[in-house]
Amino acid sequence: MPDSVLSRPVPVTTEPRLIRRLLIGLALTFVALFLFAPLATVFVEALKQGWAGALDALRLPDAQAAIRMTLTIAAIAVPINAIFGIAAAWAITKFDFSGKAFLITLIDLPFAVSPVVAGLMLVLLFGANSTLGGWLIANDMPIVFAFPGIIMATLFVTFPFVAREIIPVMIEQGRAEEEAALTLGASGWRTFFTVTLPNIRWALLYGVLLCNARAMGEFGAVAVVSGKIRGETATMPTMVEMFYNEYLAVAAFTLAAVLAMLALLTLLLKSLLEWRHADFLAATRRH
Amino acid sequence: MNIEIEELAKVFGTTRALHPVSLSIPSGALVALLGPSGSGKTTLLRILGGLEFPTSGRVLFGGQDATGLSVQERRAGFVFQSYALFKHMTVSENIAYGLRARKRRERPAEAEVGRRVAKLLDLIQLPDIGTRYPNQLSGGQRQRVALARALAIEPRMLLLDEPFGALDAKVRKELRQGLREIHDRTGLTTVFVTHDQEEAMELADLVVVMSMGRLEQVGKPDDIRAKPASDFVRVFTAA
Repeated sequence: MPDSVLSRPVPVTTEPRLIRRLLIGLALTFVALFLFAPLATVFVEALKQGWAGALDALRLPDAQAAIRMTLTIAAIAVPINAIFGIAAAWAITKFDFSGKAFLITLIDLPFAVSPVVAGLMLVLLFGANSTLGGWLIANDMPIVFAFPGIIMATLFVTFPFVAREIIPVMIEQGRAEEEAALTLGASGWRTFFTVTLPNIRWALLYGVLLCNARAMGEFGAVAVVSGKIRGETATMPTMVEMFYNEYLAVAAFTLAAVLAMLALLTLLLKSLLEWRHADFLAATRRH
Repeated sequence: MNIEIEELAKVFGTTRALHPVSLSIPSGALVALLGPSGSGKTTLLRILGGLEFPTSGRVLFGGQDATGLSVQERRAGFVFQSYALFKHMTVSENIAYGLRARKRRERPAEAEVGRRVAKLLDLIQLPDIGTRYPNQLSGGQRQRVALARALAIEPRMLLLDEPFGALDAKVRKELRQGLREIHDRTGLTTVFVTHDQEEAMELADLVVVMSMGRLEQVGKPDDIRAKPASDFVRVFTAA
């Protein structure tokens, strides 16, 4: 008798079965309706005229130019923001100085400001109507409606991602390990590469992936700054909008599907890395 | 190597962590900086190690001015309060870190690094833990690894910040003995910070009692017990 009491599994929930099913059902419905359904729609619409239709859409010169543009932007903006993000996080967490709180607020600014406003700021600052912009255009270095403007807009909008991911980790780590490395004779750079970087690598990876997703997906700021010139400054998101407005549904959704797949790929990459290094992560987790 | 501290003061913003203090530490001594939290003992230790720089005053190592020496140039073996072992490295890699960080010209060959690590693991009486990660060790083992790592750089002195603070009473007693033995064997001038008067009195040759950024009394444990220089010392050292 006591044995059977001990071996009976203890339920972790105390709610009646009906309530449990209702709540789980509600959650699943929500996920299906707001997450999977829209994603599935994108792919269904893209393949409405079959694979051939989708592939034809991808062969459009405008679509190809947009894909090249977006990949180039990500390839430039993400490394730059990774380096700046690390530098900002390093300065904020490893040193004491006045104005630190202000700097932290400044890092969050791109999250607070609407991307359209961010784009507009660049247009006002570097556009043809400003002195600086006029000079730049006269000297054949246009920023607005050109590649540099798109990069600047993307940099601005995606700046917080890496810094925001790393700062909490660095604060939690403290400075002791870096100080230990210094007392052991390591230079500042060596300390950074052998102690700091390994300690933040997972947060850094996650920040880079989020930064990359946003860099490829940014619409508002880029739409304002780029002028959406087909084949020249149009990116994937702005090209999707233009195709859609021209009733080229298959082309719009195919490009959108490629964008979605790029995002899914980055998430897959992250899961893969975590899975491959699971043992190491478990062994070196904070004690 | 003897350490001379001359009129050393440290101000953090508006707070005075150290009033000008002077202290003479003979070569090979085992010294305890004893005091409650906020007494400036850790600040003094960190200044010796080159992790903080004094607002005024001088530090001399073996008669030579070391005030402006960088933390790397000091070659002080430092054991941190929570040990600060590198979590992503094995015990062996932790101990070898300082040797591998040396300039190419002064860096020993890998075989020699391995030999020295093995020797240090023997010294701390943990010969078989080289391949483990820090979070697979007990608190006492971590402390000893931190000690071995600090000793690996062939330091000119040994500085320990609350080396027994995070341990339970039994392990603490054992490790006290361990530190004494390592000190006697290496002959290194050793300074450790503690708030535990029993620990200071039992272990140290010379006890420096501190309070509010000032030195209250410097002396042999027995002398401090017999003739406390102030009410503070009498109350603080009466267990």
